[in-house]
Amino acid sequence: MAVSVKSLKVYYQTLRGQVQAVDNVSFDIKEHEILGMAGESGCGKSTFSNSLVLLKPPMKHVGGQVELDGETLPLSDFKKMNRFRYTKVSIIPQYAMNALNPTRKIGRMIAELLESRGMSIARVSKELDRRLKLVNLDRSVMKMYPFELSGGMRQRTVMVIATLLNPSLLLADEITSALDVSTQKAVAKMLVQFRDNNLVKSVVFVTHDISILYQIADSILIMYAGKIVEIASTESITREPRHPYTRLLISSLPDVGVKYTDRRLAGIKGRPPSLLNPLPGCRFKERCPVRFDKCDEEPPLEKISEQHQVACWREVRVDG
Amino acid sequence: MVELRNVTKVYRTGAFGRGKLTAVEGVTFKLEHGKVISLIGESGSGKSTIGRMILKLISTTSGQIMLDGKDIAALKGRALKNYYKSVQGVFQDPFSTYNPIFKADRIFDIIRAEYFGSMKSRNWREKVNSSLQSVGLAPEQVLNKFPHQLSGGQLQRLLIARALLMEVDILIADEIISMLDASTRVDVLNLLIELKDRGLSILFITHDLSLGYYISDYVVILYRGSIAEMGDTERVFYNPIHPYTRMLLTSVPRLDKKWGESEAEFAETQESSEELLHERCKYYDRCPFGDERCKQMVLTEVEEDHYTTCARR
Repeated sequence: MAVSVKSLKVYYQTLRGQVQAVDNVSFDIKEHEILGMAGESGCGKSTFSNSLVLLKPPMKHVGGQVELDGETLPLSDFKKMNRFRYTKVSIIPQYAMNALNPTRKIGRMIAELLESRGMSIARVSKELDRRLKLVNLDRSVMKMYPFELSGGMRQRTVMVIATLLNPSLLLADEITSALDVSTQKAVAKMLVQFRDNNLVKSVVFVTHDISILYQIADSILIMYAGKIVEIASTESITREPRHPYTRLLISSLPDVGVKYTDRRLAGIKGRPPSLLNPLPGCRFKERCPVRFDKCDEEPPLEKISEQHQVACWREVRVDG
Repeated sequence: MVELRNVTKVYRTGAFGRGKLTAVEGVTFKLEHGKVISLIGESGSGKSTIGRMILKLISTTSGQIMLDGKDIAALKGRALKNYYKSVQGVFQDPFSTYNPIFKADRIFDIIRAEYFGSMKSRNWREKVNSSLQSVGLAPEQVLNKFPHQLSGGQLQRLLIARALLMEVDILIADEIISMLDASTRVDVLNLLIELKDRGLSILFITHDLSLGYYISDYVVILYRGSIAEMGDTERVFYNPIHPYTRMLLTSVPRLDKKWGESEAEFAETQESSEELLHERCKYYDRCPFGDERCKQMVLTEVEEDHYTTCARR
């Protein structure tokens, strides 16, 4: 396993207590795998990806660990993490187009970034050219300031910078959410090409849009209120979703070709629970159409087939 | 009924406004009573500019916007106030619409002070309650709350309720669900359909084709400020003529079909001379089929209720 996350708990420390944003999350990512992570806002998906790169207050590492290529990441140690950041684990942040330093030319920014890792830009110059070409950017962007580039060009620049040192794990946080359909498709395909060309080993693609995951991800993980509710291969989760939340989420998506006169879509009633002292048991129970007594106990993430895990008492009973 | 006739908007840009940016160019369409029209386009296509012009938040450079046959450009004072009694807008970001230090229902008080000053408190409360119920909100759940205590979907529905307080005929909905989660956006979408069934006309501005298809009777596809294709929703989606519409349709991520094996293709082309673009179709530099015929684009009917500017139809 290239990446293995074991009972990771990342909480936010607030005056009123701890917000359990990522609570007891365990999963593996294989080498060469694109794992899609989906969920509503506030489900902990961005907290997860940010915590692997920069875990700073009010975020708090409460328990569990993350292993990357056999090494345990020193998540809460700012200095020790420096050895891993950018070289081993890298992130394309949300709103990547605004992630560039506005006072530096792109080239100078990259040079400084590499110096901070003890490398010189001259050594990677050739590779940099190749990568820029891959994302359809001209070398002249190196001499430009970020404001001279369009949003899409800045986003691609950040993609090149984030993957320049061939990180083992790339975290892509909502990188397609603010884009038009045509650009969205191009950026998503780019990421697949990065993986196919071995520029990155494993990718975690965080988004709220399941249909884009269906296009590019090998497997999909659904989060709800800080917990994993279901993980499975892309095919099996889209064809046979098992958790009631996943089912509702998928059925609430409008598709081209569905009109309100043919089929009225239904949303999910209610709101996600507060993660400050959440009720015990399944966190989806308040909104779940099929809840029963057992749901007051926390459901374990059970393997129901080779590539399918789900955390729902209904499913455990059927198979057990 | 709102009618746009050859509407153009040119923004002045750069130092001293020397540069010009044509955001909307020669757009003509009608929003009929009790219908939903989707205005679909990428960012920069001018779709929001059109919404803002109808709301009179910005002026038009040329062309006319008519409400029930009257030009709205000259409206001032009392007439303008009356105009806003029939046309209202709801925008993309419900979180930044509210002032976080006041309670969310303050938006209703402002309407009351402006328009219903003489109404008795009790009647006003009833009016607010019935308006909230019509957008599917329980008054006790949302009144007297601060914005941070409500969800995005609730905030967005409050804004629609405010527009309904005015008993409007026309609602300009500018990307109103793009910031909401999948589970709540459907509720807002279905609400719009219910309102339409009760006779409201809605201009639904979106970049999401599947939402546009789900809700609308009529679609207008915009590209760089001009209409590329428009018509009856089913005709346009099942028989798209313009290469731009086709490209958009194949780019939509779907759950039942994967994208083709085509290479990643980026929208921006490195260089394309201004003059060439000026005389050619606006989509010429991205279009895989462009040739000599792609000049002098005019909107022509290809079948009943289906128009396109593509010359190669």
